[in-house]
Amino acid sequence: MRINLVARATPARAMLWASPLIAALCSAIGIAALFAMLGRDPVQALGILFVAPLSSGSGLAEIALKATPLLLCAIGIAIGCKAEVWNIGAEGQFTLGAIAGSGVALAFGGAGHWWVLPLMILAGIAGGAAWAAIPALLKTRFNAHEILTTLMLTYVATQLLGYLVTGPWRDPDGFGFPQTRQFEPDAMLPMLVPNTRLHIGALFALAAVGLAWLLLGRTLIGFQIRVVGAAPAAARYAGFSRHGIVWFCLLVSGGLAGLAGICEIAGPDGQLTPVISPGYGFAAIIVAFLGRLHPLGILFASLLMALLYIGGEGLQMTLQLPLAVTGVIQGMLLFFLLAADVFINFRVRVVRAPAQGAVRVA
Amino acid sequence: MLAATPRLHLAGITKRYAATVANSDVDLAVLPGEIHALLGENGAGKSTLVKIIYGVVQPDTGSIAWEGVVQSVPSPNAARALGIGMVFQHFSLFESLTVAENIALGLNTREGLAALSARIGEVSRRYELAVTPQRHVHHLSVGERQRVEIVRCLLQHPKLLIMDEPTSVLTPQEADNLFAVLRLLATEGCSILYISHKLDEIRALCEAATVLRGGRVVGHCDPRTTSTNAMAEMMTGSVLPTCHRAANVQTGAPCLVVEHLSLAADEPFGTDLHDISLALRQGEILGIAGVAGNGQRELLAALSGERLAPHADAVRIVGTPAGQAGPSARRRMGLAFIPEERLGRGAVAEFSLAENALLTCYQNGLARHGWILFGAMRRYAQSVLDRFRVVASGISARGGSLSGGNMQKFIVGREMGTSPRVLLAAHPTWGVDIGAALSIRQALMDLTQTGAGVLVVSEDLTELFEICDRIAVLSEGYLSTPRPLAETSLEEIGLLMGGHHGEHSQTARELADAH
Repeated sequence: MRINLVARATPARAMLWASPLIAALCSAIGIAALFAMLGRDPVQALGILFVAPLSSGSGLAEIALKATPLLLCAIGIAIGCKAEVWNIGAEGQFTLGAIAGSGVALAFGGAGHWWVLPLMILAGIAGGAAWAAIPALLKTRFNAHEILTTLMLTYVATQLLGYLVTGPWRDPDGFGFPQTRQFEPDAMLPMLVPNTRLHIGALFALAAVGLAWLLLGRTLIGFQIRVVGAAPAAARYAGFSRHGIVWFCLLVSGGLAGLAGICEIAGPDGQLTPVISPGYGFAAIIVAFLGRLHPLGILFASLLMALLYIGGEGLQMTLQLPLAVTGVIQGMLLFFLLAADVFINFRVRVVRAPAQGAVRVA
Repeated sequence: MLAATPRLHLAGITKRYAATVANSDVDLAVLPGEIHALLGENGAGKSTLVKIIYGVVQPDTGSIAWEGVVQSVPSPNAARALGIGMVFQHFSLFESLTVAENIALGLNTREGLAALSARIGEVSRRYELAVTPQRHVHHLSVGERQRVEIVRCLLQHPKLLIMDEPTSVLTPQEADNLFAVLRLLATEGCSILYISHKLDEIRALCEAATVLRGGRVVGHCDPRTTSTNAMAEMMTGSVLPTCHRAANVQTGAPCLVVEHLSLAADEPFGTDLHDISLALRQGEILGIAGVAGNGQRELLAALSGERLAPHADAVRIVGTPAGQAGPSARRRMGLAFIPEERLGRGAVAEFSLAENALLTCYQNGLARHGWILFGAMRRYAQSVLDRFRVVASGISARGGSLSGGNMQKFIVGREMGTSPRVLLAAHPTWGVDIGAALSIRQALMDLTQTGAGVLVVSEDLTELFEICDRIAVLSEGYLSTPRPLAETSLEEIGLLMGGHHGEHSQTARELADAH
């Protein structure tokens, strides 16, 4: 008996939607097995991971808070992916956005100017976009692949942040800790829900979902992005500029990642530290694909990923599991999603008997 | 005398796919040394039948007898082991490998590339099929790729050679050479199963024909004694309309002028364009004949704006210098373009027909201020479907779901729907079935009545002689002086295609060489 994968004539619509659910289910089984092997009660662990965060108002607010940077980064990544522009350096653009916005906060905060916060946000967007402009220039000018350049610039960004918080921007009253001054209240984002940490950055993320949906579905530039990704020769034939689209995608996704960065700093944190992100920029790649590169799908995927982060923290606290478990769970989810995606374009056929042997001519 | 045992005998072959019956109870017998034509419109089941013979597809029922012995042909390898060779219409070559490497892969041979290259050279010289073993396939034109496929088959000394539309990319002389090769092979005892839409060709070459329609055998005939019309009617099951041109077409002022356009190839093994000048007049169809790989791709890219000319005056569209303008700017000047590749260039396979309408018509009222006007887009796509009788499930059908002919009708319709002043058409009926080809030719001729000029680049001389007012030949990047149809002949054009340049371009070449 053999198991064959047979190509489908057309992609299965139902599988397109079922695949993330199958992936989630398989992940849950895998996670339970993992816990069992670690000697923890799988049911209790799954409860902490998936149920506990959803059963309190503050838990829900934390999920929304975590989903915000994931959503902003993933929307930008997805726009790029549609044009086959692979920005995997959202983490670095996030960092640069945080740095640029924080620079404004440290320079002008505390004097009560109304424009400080808007300027911080604009600086954050500009910082992320500027960081993504480097790969855009390298790609359009020298044909350097953005997968390499965006990723490498992430490490440069981390070093730059480390230098700033241990050097010029270090809080003089901070007992030598590598961190900046705490931002003044006028340089902090207003809260969305009282008594939680959820700030108005979440609204920016929701706006990004809506705008991305309009961009990709309703505008000519969104159409151009999709054509450049699906058929470069057709784009050339139609007169769409590939260089223009590369620039657009990288600037937009860099800007969104930068916005995520400054919102994270001006929201819950209020100061720059050497580590400002638990890998949002990278997790956002998973979010973008989990959400099928569709803005609405990405919204749900970011909430699921945020749930994993919060639940993972719960596991750390309650069951003393290492933080790495969260990474393993994320990896498992992506793995199962990619595996389940095979069934969109292929179906399984079980071949019972071997093919009938040919009658050989003597 | 007993009738010879058929080399290949299919009996009662039936193949069903989920929604359609591709072959229904098909019988086919090919005798040793016979050149047998397989006729039928696109979708008649020819490809499926051939794939069954070649072991790519397994039949649901029916038997295959090879030299009198019933066989199953589970794979192309098994087919090749029996002695069946096939030249596919769509080539199975790896773009990044050289000709010799591709052939080595197909042959499963242990011999070194140098020895194989020598054998390739031998076969290509013997059959006058020019191929260079060291060249990379991605630089080769459609015509050159086909030659590689033919050489690959001939290297295996087949007993049955299946040829799927082999001459669509050859000059008449090359086609004649190929026929000589095929006749030679036939006299050597090799059977040939020949698939083509060109009925004249089949009449000249084949001794027997089996006609398929809707997956069934609808008749047999001897092409040598059957008229092309009779064969076409067997294939389509109806009486064919004929193309006709309104007599009162007046050609007017030039609408597309190219002056002294020289352009170096933008990739290795591409063809440089040498001092090309032409003037397309309003209301005329100017044909550019030539074998693919002689600068057609480069010339079309330079005319469409996908490549810019060295200076603005090298290309003028309705009087406006356009050499430095990109494709969308040239479209605004009144240009429309039907490219050679349908999917991936002329249309996006994954997109709906409505979205594919937007691809080139976004400047024609389907978008405003950067926003897509969905109503206008759908209406336009629907009007293209209606006017050109495109067979599709509707405007939301994906481009890739259409047959080649219907996709081409859609692209032709989309380009004509913008009322262009100049239409460029590259190989407009290549691989398209008779009915669709007729309607596309008719549409091109009708367009000239609106005062538009049409430039057709094609390898199909029968087509060019049917629809063009003047014909020029592009050979090795040189364009001959266009000749009015009445003052030239198939033979002369064929010779020019083979590289015998006319007086004018000879001078141009000497000038170019002198620089």
